[in-house]
Amino acid sequence: MDLDALGSCLATPACVVTQTTSGLIVGMLLFLVAAGVTLIFGVLKIVNFAHGTFYMLGGYVAYTALGVTDSYTLAVLSGTLAMALFGALFERTLISRFYGANVLMQLLICYAVVLIFDDVVKIVWGPEFHAMGMPPAFQVPPFFIAGGVVPPFYAVLIGIAALIAIVLGLGLSLTRFGKTVRAAAINPQMVSTLGVNTTVLFATVFAIGGGLAGLAGALAAPVRSLSPGMGFSILIESFIVTVIGGMGSVAGALVSALLIGMVRGFGTIGFPKFTDGLIYIVMIAILILRPQGLFGRRS
Amino acid sequence: MSGLTTRRTVLAGSAASLLASPWVAKAEANTLRIGMQSILSGPIALLGTSSRNSLIIEQDRINTAGGFLGRPIEFVFRDSKGQPQEAARLTRELVNSTGCELLIDAEASSGSFAVQEVVRDLGVACIHTNSETSSLTADPKIRAPTAFRVARQGVHDAVAGSIHLADYANAKKLNKWATCSPDYAYGRDTTAQYLQFFKQFKPDIEIVGEGWPKLGQPDFTEVITKLIQAKPQALFTLLYAGDLSAFVNQGNVYALFSQMTVATPNVDYPVLAAIKNLPAGIQSATRYLETFPDTPANKEWGQAYLKRWNERPTNWSWQNSVAMHFYEEAIKKANSLDAKALAAALTGMKINSPFGADGTITMRDDHTMVGYAIGWGQTTPKEPFIVDVKAADWGKIIELETEWKKQQKYI
Repeated sequence: MDLDALGSCLATPACVVTQTTSGLIVGMLLFLVAAGVTLIFGVLKIVNFAHGTFYMLGGYVAYTALGVTDSYTLAVLSGTLAMALFGALFERTLISRFYGANVLMQLLICYAVVLIFDDVVKIVWGPEFHAMGMPPAFQVPPFFIAGGVVPPFYAVLIGIAALIAIVLGLGLSLTRFGKTVRAAAINPQMVSTLGVNTTVLFATVFAIGGGLAGLAGALAAPVRSLSPGMGFSILIESFIVTVIGGMGSVAGALVSALLIGMVRGFGTIGFPKFTDGLIYIVMIAILILRPQGLFGRRS
Repeated sequence: MSGLTTRRTVLAGSAASLLASPWVAKAEANTLRIGMQSILSGPIALLGTSSRNSLIIEQDRINTAGGFLGRPIEFVFRDSKGQPQEAARLTRELVNSTGCELLIDAEASSGSFAVQEVVRDLGVACIHTNSETSSLTADPKIRAPTAFRVARQGVHDAVAGSIHLADYANAKKLNKWATCSPDYAYGRDTTAQYLQFFKQFKPDIEIVGEGWPKLGQPDFTEVITKLIQAKPQALFTLLYAGDLSAFVNQGNVYALFSQMTVATPNVDYPVLAAIKNLPAGIQSATRYLETFPDTPANKEWGQAYLKRWNERPTNWSWQNSVAMHFYEEAIKKANSLDAKALAAALTGMKINSPFGADGTITMRDDHTMVGYAIGWGQTTPKEPFIVDVKAADWGKIIELETEWKKQQKYI
């Protein structure tokens, strides 16, 4: 524990800006994955343990698409759309057969999918890591705010994730589709009785969740090594985000992802040997104070 | 007609199979299985795959030369995914269920310590080919009677690297250093060794920051920004393979390498190839370099590997190749596959090798090899990738290693 270093950092604008940027990029990428997890749970009551696989495949598809198109934008779009399609297929062909099933059965199915696609990645892309490399447009020096370092690539990533958060928030609260999704989260039988095609609705929700995870994987690919099994580490943190934010709450996912990001960003200064532990301490503290999570509803 | 032909073919094939099957079974029974488990998937799969590639080349070479004691050899490869408990389980399975008579443990240190205990229990012959943590063989309590290490050792690299880095730091007036190494036995122990010797050669250095990312951690942002806050003049890192690649790519985003000099002993050819924007001038050890030692035998081996696998070898590749040469010589000497007989033959054995500093490598009494080529130079984006390589002084390495062992109460 180095509280002096933390105090000194918090008193220095340059340190605050640098660590805040660090926290934002970690948090926003986590949000994109966790938003899908929480959305799927909110509507379908399915804990999608295979969500990390969407993140992994999104990165790999983007990596291949970049090689074909030489365009990072098209690569990101490919990763996102491919995972949206994969999400819908996953829901229709597998998950839909296990609605209402024991959570252990859901866990088993999802875990099987994780293992199968880890092996598929090994066969298709090889077992070793791949690095996409930074797109030429972002191979520029970082800019400085109050002496703090802000990488342009991360600024763009944070902007995209923030835009997604706004679109998702407004879409769920203002559009007819969003209202239907929220209604289905509360009472799916009633929504179905009122004539809404819940088959399409559920597949769409899975497609959105998968697409968001694919987007996160594709956006992160230029800086993170791509390797089989890479989805697992982000899955654990995205579940922490989902639990802290409140299962089913997209707003909660955003707030808690940013909270985890900041704990990582500043925790590494003040608690360098306990940063991971600190995240779990925060989770436990929040769950003691609010067992339903920050934005969750009491059941 | 075709149906008749098919029936005849099937009948003839069946008869041939019946007649041949005892011979096939006998040949299979005669085959000497060698178990190898390693990290064959994930961010540091390079460790396992480049080891496996090298062993396949060795398998072909040895079988062409008549095998071991007249028996063809066959490797059985298993993926531990870097999990120590899985490495230990696989070791038992390879010996007890798969019938492997010799073992190559190509795990990183995280797995090798677990494998060591299984080897001690089973009493099988084993060569660790990738674990660099010194205590695996240096600590007599951990050393196992039938287990040997054919891998570079942290303490050797620490002495060689510290001498080079002290000279470099003095020349460039670099006193403020930070470290960033993986958070497990190899990273912690070897960083401590480097710092101990570095301070011995340059007492005025100050460590202003430390980063300990997890093995296979996807995001290094918090570590990088912490290093930026610490404002070191130079950074020493033991990250490797996919982790090193991700760290460099994420560090480039923050222009980290324009703010500090970087030193690492862990740059290998495939990592150089995977890092898209490799900063020039990284102070680097030669883990494997075709041009160091600059001999025809070394170049020939590197080119043969490249031709076979369409990629360049790593440090782990040559270590696994040397391990098989040690097995080969020990089996000839002992005329046996018995683990105790092999252990006696291996102890003190010296073999000719293109990877030796003087053309030879010795298996010392403490079950670890010495005399392999160690050099330090600086990276360049094009071939030969590391230039201005200076060879380490093995006399100094042994002298300081002995001091270190005394401090640790190993001797």
